[in-house]
Amino acid sequence: MTADVPARQGVPLHLDRTTFSYGETSLAFDVEFPAGEITAVMGPSGSGKSTLLNLVAGFETPLSGNVLIDGRDFSSASPFERPVSMVFQENNLFAHLDVFSNVGLGISPSLALTPRDHKAIADALARTGLAGKEKRLPRELSGGERQRVALARALVRDRPVLLLDEPFASLGPALREDMLDLVAAVQTERKMTTLFVTHQPEDARHVAAHVVFLENGTVAAAGKARDFFSSNGPAAFRRYAGAMNER
Amino acid sequence: MSRQPAHPVALRDTRIVAGIAALAFVAVLIGGAFLGLVIESAGDFSGAAAAFDSYLFRVVRFTLWQAALSTALSVVSALFVARALSRHPVFFGRSFILQLFAIPLALPAIVAALGVLALYGRAGYFAGLLTTVGGENWPGVYGLSGILVAHVFFNLPLCVRLFLEALQTVPADQWRLASQLGMSTRPAFRFIEWPALRQALPGVAGLVFMLCITSFTIVLILGGGPRATTLEVAIYQALRFDFDPARAVALTLLQILLTFAVVALLSRLGANTAAESGLSVAPRRYLSIGRSETILNALLVMLALLFVGGPMMATIAAGLQSDLARLAGERAVHLAVATSAALALLSALLATILSVSLAMARRGLATERGRKNRGPLLEYLIDTGAGFVLVVPPIVIGAGWFLALRHVGSVFAIAPVMVVAVNAIMAMPFALRAIRPAYDAASERHERLCAQLGITGWARLRLIDWPVLRRPLATAFAFAMALSLGDLGVIALFGSDTLQTLPYLLLARMGSYRTADAAGLALLLGLVCFALILLADRLGKERSL
Amino acid sequence: MRKTMSALISALALAVATLPAAAKDKLTVYTYESFTAEWGPGPQVKKAFEAECDCEVDFVSVADGVALLNRVKLEGAATKADIVLGLDTNLTADAKASGLFVPHGTTPALDVPGGWNDDTFVPYDYGYFAVVYDTEKLKTAPASLKGLVEGDVSQKIAIQDPRTSTPGLGLLLWVRSVYGDKAPEAWAKLKNRVLTVTPGWSEAYSLFTKGEAPMVLSYTTSPAYHMIAEKTDRYQAASFSEGHYLQVEVAGVTTTGAKNPLSGKFVAFMTSPKFQDVVPETNWMFPAGKMDKPLDPAFETLVKPAKTLAFSPEEVAKNRKAWVDEWLTVMSK
Repeated sequence: MTADVPARQGVPLHLDRTTFSYGETSLAFDVEFPAGEITAVMGPSGSGKSTLLNLVAGFETPLSGNVLIDGRDFSSASPFERPVSMVFQENNLFAHLDVFSNVGLGISPSLALTPRDHKAIADALARTGLAGKEKRLPRELSGGERQRVALARALVRDRPVLLLDEPFASLGPALREDMLDLVAAVQTERKMTTLFVTHQPEDARHVAAHVVFLENGTVAAAGKARDFFSSNGPAAFRRYAGAMNER
Repeated sequence: MSRQPAHPVALRDTRIVAGIAALAFVAVLIGGAFLGLVIESAGDFSGAAAAFDSYLFRVVRFTLWQAALSTALSVVSALFVARALSRHPVFFGRSFILQLFAIPLALPAIVAALGVLALYGRAGYFAGLLTTVGGENWPGVYGLSGILVAHVFFNLPLCVRLFLEALQTVPADQWRLASQLGMSTRPAFRFIEWPALRQALPGVAGLVFMLCITSFTIVLILGGGPRATTLEVAIYQALRFDFDPARAVALTLLQILLTFAVVALLSRLGANTAAESGLSVAPRRYLSIGRSETILNALLVMLALLFVGGPMMATIAAGLQSDLARLAGERAVHLAVATSAALALLSALLATILSVSLAMARRGLATERGRKNRGPLLEYLIDTGAGFVLVVPPIVIGAGWFLALRHVGSVFAIAPVMVVAVNAIMAMPFALRAIRPAYDAASERHERLCAQLGITGWARLRLIDWPVLRRPLATAFAFAMALSLGDLGVIALFGSDTLQTLPYLLLARMGSYRTADAAGLALLLGLVCFALILLADRLGKERSL
Repeated sequence: MRKTMSALISALALAVATLPAAAKDKLTVYTYESFTAEWGPGPQVKKAFEAECDCEVDFVSVADGVALLNRVKLEGAATKADIVLGLDTNLTADAKASGLFVPHGTTPALDVPGGWNDDTFVPYDYGYFAVVYDTEKLKTAPASLKGLVEGDVSQKIAIQDPRTSTPGLGLLLWVRSVYGDKAPEAWAKLKNRVLTVTPGWSEAYSLFTKGEAPMVLSYTTSPAYHMIAEKTDRYQAASFSEGHYLQVEVAGVTTTGAKNPLSGKFVAFMTSPKFQDVVPETNWMFPAGKMDKPLDPAFETLVKPAKTLAFSPEEVAKNRKAWVDEWLTVMSK
């Protein structure tokens, strides 16, 4: 698998003084994500984690500021035009299409697939542990398997930025750990600049090299994961993580 | 760096372009007719001004009153029947009932009126019983009651099917949740069914209101006298007897305005209860229904079936007394069946295409608006606005185009085109109601994914929307077809001996003493309609489930 | 002389225009639906005239007489119709005012009650409005319009709306011609006997044959259909002592038809026995000209009006709106 994909450099991602608002809430992000590494995006509910991801993915357009990916501004490009793949918490799959088609759509939005594409899809399914399940419909899969299909699709899409919006929130601890290992392994191979929204500090500690902590619609702290999880990490984050651990 | 995209975002969405095209088609068809009429009146609007007298005031009052009552009765009873049907997704004869419920739309008003009278008329089946109960000779249902009975007969089945369509957008998971939480009938209705119904309510009620406000033959026959006169009658009179295009246009505009006011009021009943609709993981619905509710539901469905089926049975009984064998052998009948079927299929196809375009465009605009605060005018026009074609009488469209085209070419050559086009836009509001809830629900799930993967245009239609929309599309198609099949308004103007449909032939027979033939043709019309609906249903069957 | 000249010129023009076309000349006749139906006069008339003229007759039919006039008005001078066949005397004033019809320029031998002296339209049949009743439901039919107006209100009649139908207008004029200015009072009484007011003849007649009402407004000739086609004399027309209102059906040549020499031939043919023989048992009306074969005996048994009532087309055109409004006011109370 790795042999097919040339080793690559990740691309830097920069939210350059971006602002956004909906209703009464206004948000402002000015943050850089290191190229080719996993950054955990954390913060209390309503702090703007999903909005941040939506700005990068193109589901929201900033009021001002730029979304710079590898130095190019994508702030007004449509989602499809961006070098980004995203895995949502749910609804990642088309219920009426089988696993193979759901992954295939990542290569061709009209499902016009060449034999090479078929091979790529088979490889991605094998890589995500879904070999033999090509013909299954989403409802015939477990929750974990559905998210694996979404990951497989991100693999065949092969975009340099990967956004994970609490994709494993609904999975059990053991399953979640498996999935995290998979994400980490895939990331090492592909060097995708990955943003990983999660509520679980242990998840972040497990896979992320960096952490960006949001509060009230803005970046409250950012830094290396090991600094964050040390005893002298940012105070706001410690409060948050402490509260999480008590639960 | 420039923030502005090369062209407005709205235009990049092909769905919105399709919707604008559909809207333009409707606008041209209606606008062209108005233009023809206005030009013909050559600046003389005295007739239009004279129309506004106390007589008109009375007519307007009655029109609104009967339409409001008919709508309330049809919609409220349909809510309960649809709910009852949706609680029991599988039972013997269920799909038959639903197929039967599409037929009233295809029946010409006079056939339905005779069917209703066969039951509740002075000489109806129930007359003896009602006379015994009432103590004096049963006077028949003439008057407001007759109008209401006939309107409910027409509209209850329509509403039931549309509400059922809305209820089917409730994800199965919610039902699982409901049974898990031990929700009994009442809370399940309040928390699960009502939100879905409420979303569909203003649209369905508006549709029925439009149908009732334009009611013509039913109101005249069953109304019992000119006290029961609708605006439509006045418009018809203005064009047919007085040939006063300006007055016809003025009255049509008044009709549109009144409907607009009522629909605006109705829209307050609804609520945008766009719930999160995740992928349904449950393969089927888990329902725990108590015995007493089952009995109640069965009773409701039976009542509706009797009410709708009664006049149909009477129509069948009358039809069976005719010389069906001879009729079936007549060349004129063969031709009329073929013409009717061809025109209805084409109209239905066009209506469905128009409706899908509009549903897609509206959804596209709504999504768009979520991000930018774009004015909802276009969205409104595309959704409800397009429905207003229903209150433009076919005679107005027909006459207008006659006038507009007479200098250009032969009206007879384009007659089939006009019949298909006008029937299609008249059927479009029905089709739209059937398609929209399903499309919106599907879009709710798929929008982000499609944007992310760049699935747009034809690919999206083929891969994503079509499989999900098969069933509602079939419903829409069946409605549109039934409606076009029963059309008499458009064909009356454009029909000729070279273009005879089944209802046209039926009326011709009735108009020359051949009432038995007419009854036989009504039966035949019902059968053709039923066959076409079966076909549409088959096309709509999901392959895997 | 001028007529001959213009006819000649138009014949020439037509000949030139149709030179490369088919050999046969064509005559386009607009009429109403039941005229061209298989059982109507149309097919036989077409056959007989085509045999005579070596031409082709093209019938174009619309729903009824009113729709017919509307169709011609909508098409205006560009109309394809040479002949418009199926208007009645209540419509001829309007039709003339449209300027779309030309004088027929003939003096056909006619047999129409009250005589005929219209220079634009030629009659081809006529009938009388009458109250038709079901002998199984009604033992004694009213013997006069007064009897109808003042009779037992539990015995209902189905009538048509004068705003939308020809017979409806016929009854309105009938009551007018009998009661004069007292017509509104008469309607106020008659109203109680009216079961319902339908948009057209078909609906009312269907209600009648379905047994909803024992009486219906129709024609004196209606029973002839039931006698000849259905072999039953259950349905009869009531003879009214004040007389019956007359309806005369006519045809006219359009400005388009003025250029077609076949138009004149057709008008002459229309009043000839070959056409008239067909009328009674297909259109269920009385012939307006001489027949070759005798009328079916059933026609002899029909009500013969004591008096023929009719307003002139001009009177109708002048008063129609006021009279209909008056009717509306009374009936909507």
